[in-house]
Order: sequence, then structure tokens, then C-alpha cells
Amino acid sequence: MQKKEYLELYHQMVLIRRLEEKAAELYQDGKVGGFLHLYIGQEAVSTGIISARKPIDRVITAYRDHGVAINSGIPVKRVLAELEGKATGVSGGRGGSMHMADISLNYWGGHAIVGSHIPLAAGLALGDQYAGNPAVTIALFGDGATNIGYFHEGLNLSKVWNLPVLWVCENNEYGMGTSVPRASAVSDIRQKAIGYGMPNRAVDGMDVLAVRAAAEEMIEQIRAGSGPQFLEANTYRFRGHSMGDPERYRKQEEVRQWEEDDPIGNYQKKLISGRHATKADMDAIEKQVDDEIAEAIEFAENSPEPALDTLFDNVYVEE
Amino acid sequence: MAKITMREAISQALWEEMERDPKIFIMGEEVGVWGGSYAVTRGFYDHFGANRVKDTPISESAIVGSAIGAALTGLRPVAEIMTINFAFSAMDHIVNESAKLHYMFNGQMRLPLVIRTVSGGGRQLAATHSQTPDAIFAHFPGLTVVAPGTPADAKGLLKAAIRSDNPVLFIESATLYQLRGEVPEGDYIVPLGKSTVQRPGKDVTIVTYSKMLDYSLKAADQLASEGIDAEVVDLRSLRPLDMVPVIESFKKTNRAVIAEEGWKSYGVGAEVSARIYEEAFDYVDAPIKRVAQKEVPLPYNRNLEQAALPQIADIVAAVKEVM
Ligand SMILES: Cc1ncc(C[n+]2csc(CCOP(=O)(O)OP(=O)(O)O)c2C)c(N)n1
Ligand SMILES: [Mg+2]
Repeated sequence: MQKKEYLELYHQMVLIRRLEEKAAELYQDGKVGGFLHLYIGQEAVSTGIISARKPIDRVITAYRDHGVAINSGIPVKRVLAELEGKATGVSGGRGGSMHMADISLNYWGGHAIVGSHIPLAAGLALGDQYAGNPAVTIALFGDGATNIGYFHEGLNLSKVWNLPVLWVCENNEYGMGTSVPRASAVSDIRQKAIGYGMPNRAVDGMDVLAVRAAAEEMIEQIRAGSGPQFLEANTYRFRGHSMGDPERYRKQEEVRQWEEDDPIGNYQKKLISGRHATKADMDAIEKQVDDEIAEAIEFAENSPEPALDTLFDNVYVEE
Repeated sequence: MAKITMREAISQALWEEMERDPKIFIMGEEVGVWGGSYAVTRGFYDHFGANRVKDTPISESAIVGSAIGAALTGLRPVAEIMTINFAFSAMDHIVNESAKLHYMFNGQMRLPLVIRTVSGGGRQLAATHSQTPDAIFAHFPGLTVVAPGTPADAKGLLKAAIRSDNPVLFIESATLYQLRGEVPEGDYIVPLGKSTVQRPGKDVTIVTYSKMLDYSLKAADQLASEGIDAEVVDLRSLRPLDMVPVIESFKKTNRAVIAEEGWKSYGVGAEVSARIYEEAFDYVDAPIKRVAQKEVPLPYNRNLEQAALPQIADIVAAVKEVM
């Protein structure tokens, strides 16, 4: 990996972190509404995974989607504008935090019904298989999503049809306030893939380089025809499930302990110890991110609300 | 009588029923340790214990399906589906199992089952999380569908639902939990399948339920200041649908507006207006008007969302049109 690539991973993780810290403030100020699910703590997962894809590879995820949106290449200003419900937002102000997509970047969205996008991922991969495209579909979902039927139907189908899917479970230990052992028959989620005859492995989701390496290998095997594979990334969300979560289900000590394993802090240490970058390089990136966020805020604030007469746009395809 | 919120009224009904009958238990996502995602079951887990307050995995079809099974053995489950948008994942069990078993097996099986859920938009949750598909569920014979609009009715209807041997879908409104009203203490029952007049009047009949009851009462106050005396009939139950108070009112006023939060097409207003035309055609003095949600998946943007949702002003305007 080139120095530039190392730094780009750093850039993306810091950008997601700062964007979401800002989004939380804007939520308190009433400029962002609805449900806001922050990805803070999990940045290394989607950053590592998506950095391993080629542009032809499709990405689809759940509602905790700001990180995936940024990693897929959506400009931060269009993410922020969507959070503010503006016409210039990536979903034109229709989708909000939970429903962002930009198919020109092969990012097929943020889906807010838990697990519902899992069979969709099988279908995206079917499209590529059918057309003979050498593309892999990457589907991210939470630990909680592996308890709904959609997950099991989607995985089974992907194996039966040998579809090119990388299934990625972001195991952040909780689905809302329910810990994995209280909701899932097995706590090593990847064991569920065994029942569908799928190659599977676990990775430290707080280590962006480890995530990227695992994803690169698995994606290439899938591209070569291995059929679907399953990756469990062990991670943790530092913030509540969504804004206003009273967090009665976990101890602050537990959160603090995980915060020691901060994916951004971990990566800073790796960059220095591996001599991939200097403190000055990182400072420069942080400065750049501050500018990007400031610019994005200005863009969002100055963007128009969607016009009321556009309410009925896109209910159907115009034919 | 104490003035309490809708949330407290529902919570009180559940609590009192659980104290009364150990066969009653609750199950659903985040009902226990979290205390309910709308805080209705806060304190239940500590008081009744994990055996009677069951946190479930995110498995809507297993929630309803296993609640049906437990009900068949004589337990009285109150299953919670976090919002009605997630009930689609449990549709098969609601429709093909719960609504059918008693009839199809010739009366052998009984289902003392309540499914509590939450309907409605207006909170900028966008298309997947803001629906009011109440009418869909009212389509199925065998299911009882209840949707209270006042704290007192919420308490009384929930108790009746829990005591019923039929499967009941109990639909709460996402934006009514803070609504306050007088609620009788202790054993207070409102019968299932009974509509009621919530505000007497003589000039026009507004038929409504749930969130739109609140809006209709506010519209009626506004109309009163302009000299129009509206009677507001609250359906409370969508199935069985009690048309008696509606027809009585209509025969007096000869004019009606039906207000619902969901989409107009194939909705509650369609059913109620058809029934009025069938049962009281000779009394019709003006075409019946329906106030409902615009036919669009709800957008996230606040202005767009509010433009799509029925408003108090829409009810006022519709009443003026039928006068
Ligand atoms: C079918 C369905 N049921 C319930 C919900 C409400 N809900 C939203 S997120 C969530 C928890 C999901 O947990 P997990 O899959 O682990 O993802 P995480 O939030 O941890 O990223 C629940 C229950 C939903 N959106 N869809
Ligand atoms: Mg989770």
C-alpha cells in the first residue's frame, strides 16, 4: 500500500467521525430530525471493507449508513444536506439519515427495515451473475439482523445459487438494548454461516487494516467463483443506538473500555509504528477534514428545502 | 378521576391486568430491559421478572407466531410489534394464522392474543417508518382491530382486548403518547367494537379515530367559533365496525366528513362513506368528504411530510365544503 492509500483510510475515518459529531449537534439544535443512528466506533469496518472493493462491486447496508455513504464516495456535503432534509441531499431530502443511496457510486442504500436488504443483496449479485459481470456485492448488516428470517432466506439462496456476495456482519454486541447472547442462539455470529456451507471468518473490526486485508482476500475469492462468503467484524458503537437512547442496558465502564480500542486511535498508532505516516501528516488531514466539514455545513445551510410541488415526484417511473 | 397521559393509561391497563392474571405475559423487542421503545413498559421487567416480560430477538414473525402458539395453550400473551411498519414481517402469522384458526378448525382453537403496535407519521422517520396502514388489517374477518384516541379509551379497550378470547390488534398512535385525559382508576372496560360520540353537535358529523380524533376535536372547536356545530364520532374499533352512532348522527346532520391519517384509497373513509350511502342514502344532503394522507410514501423533509399528512385545517375546510 502506498502512503497515500494509508492516509486516505485515515482521512475517511476522521471524516466520518467529525461528520457524525456535527450531526449530533445539529440534531440537538433541531436541524436534523427523525432517527439518527451514529456509526462512531465502527468506522474501521466500512472503511476497511469498502476500500477493498472495485468500482464494479456493489454495496448495500442498513440504516446506520453515514459511514458507508462516505466510504462509497458520496461527498460529505450531500450527506449533511440529506440529514438537514435539503433538496441537494443525496436522496433529495426524502430519505433522511436512514435512507441514503447513490447508485452512480454503486452504493445501493441504507435500508431501515432490519434485515430487509439482505435478500436484496442476493438479487444484486444475481444481476451480476446473470449478466456475467465480474462483480461482488458487499452486504453489511448488524448482529441483530441475523435473527430475522430475511437473513436466513437470503444466505441460503445465495449459497444455493452460488451468488457472488460478501456478507459482512457488524457485530457491535447489541441490537438496540439487547445483547447478542440474549437474542442470538450463537454469539459467534459467523457460526450461522456454517449452516449454509459458507466459508467464514472473524476479524477485529477496530483494526482497519485487518478488515481491509480480510475483505480483499475474500472479495477476490468470490470474484474467482468461490460463491458467497461470510465475514464477522467485531466492533462496538460508542454512542447510543440512536439519539435519545437512555442506555440502561449497558454500563458506562463497558463503553469506556471499548473506547480504549478506538479504531481511529488504533490506526494512528499503527501509522506511526509502521512508519507509514507522521504526526504532521495526520494533523494535516485533520485540518483538511475540518475544512471539509465547515464547507459541508455551509453548503447544507445554504441549500434550498425541496419545493412543495415536488411532493409527488418519483412515486412512479414516468412512462 | 386522574388526568394522565396516553402512555400512562396503556401502561396502567397492562400492569393491572398482569397483576390480576398470571397467564398474561408480554413479549417483544425492547419491552424488558429497555422499558419499551415508547417507554410504555418501563418498570415492568423489574416488577414482573424476565419470565413475564420477555425481550425477543428481532424476529417479528417468530414474535407473532410463537405468541399464537402460546395463546393456543391457554396463556394470554400481549405481543408487541415495535411499530406497525414491522408488522409486515409478521403478516403471514397475523393474517393466515391468527385470523383463521378459530374458524377453520370449527371453533376448537381459541386465541386470547393481543398484538400491541404503533402507527402513524409526523416524526420525520421517512417512508419505511411512518405508515398508517390500519385499514389493511381491518380487512380480515377473524381479526379484531382497535385504535383508541383518548387515554380513557386506551385503558378500557386494552383491558377488553386482553380479556378477549379473540386475536386483537391494538394500534397506538406514535404522536399521541403525551396526550392527557381523565382516566377512571381500577377496573375500567370499554367494549370492543363500539363506536362513540366524543363531542355532540347538530350541524355536521365528523367520523374519525386515533390521532385524527384529536385533530377533529380541535377542528370542531375552531368550527364552533365560526358558528358550525360539529358532532365527532370516534370509531375506536375498526373491526368489528360499529356504524350505529355514525348513522344516528348522520340522520341528524345529513352531512359527513371522515378523517383518517392513512392513505385515502381503500381506506377507513372509503368503508365508512360506503356504509353511510348504503344505510342512510335518503338522508344525504351533500357528498361525503374524506380527509386523509396524500397518496405518496412519506418523505423525510419536515415541510414535505406535513404537506402529505392530513391537517386540522384540512378537516375544517372539508366541513365547510359539505355545509
Ligand atoms: C423488522 C424491524 N424490526 C424492528 C426494527 C427496529 N429496530 C431498528 S434498529 C434495531 C436493532 C438492530 O440491531 P443490529 O442489527 O444489531 O444493528 P445495529 O443497530 O447494532 O447497527 C431495531 C430492533 C426495524 N427497523 N425493523
Ligand atoms: Mg448491533
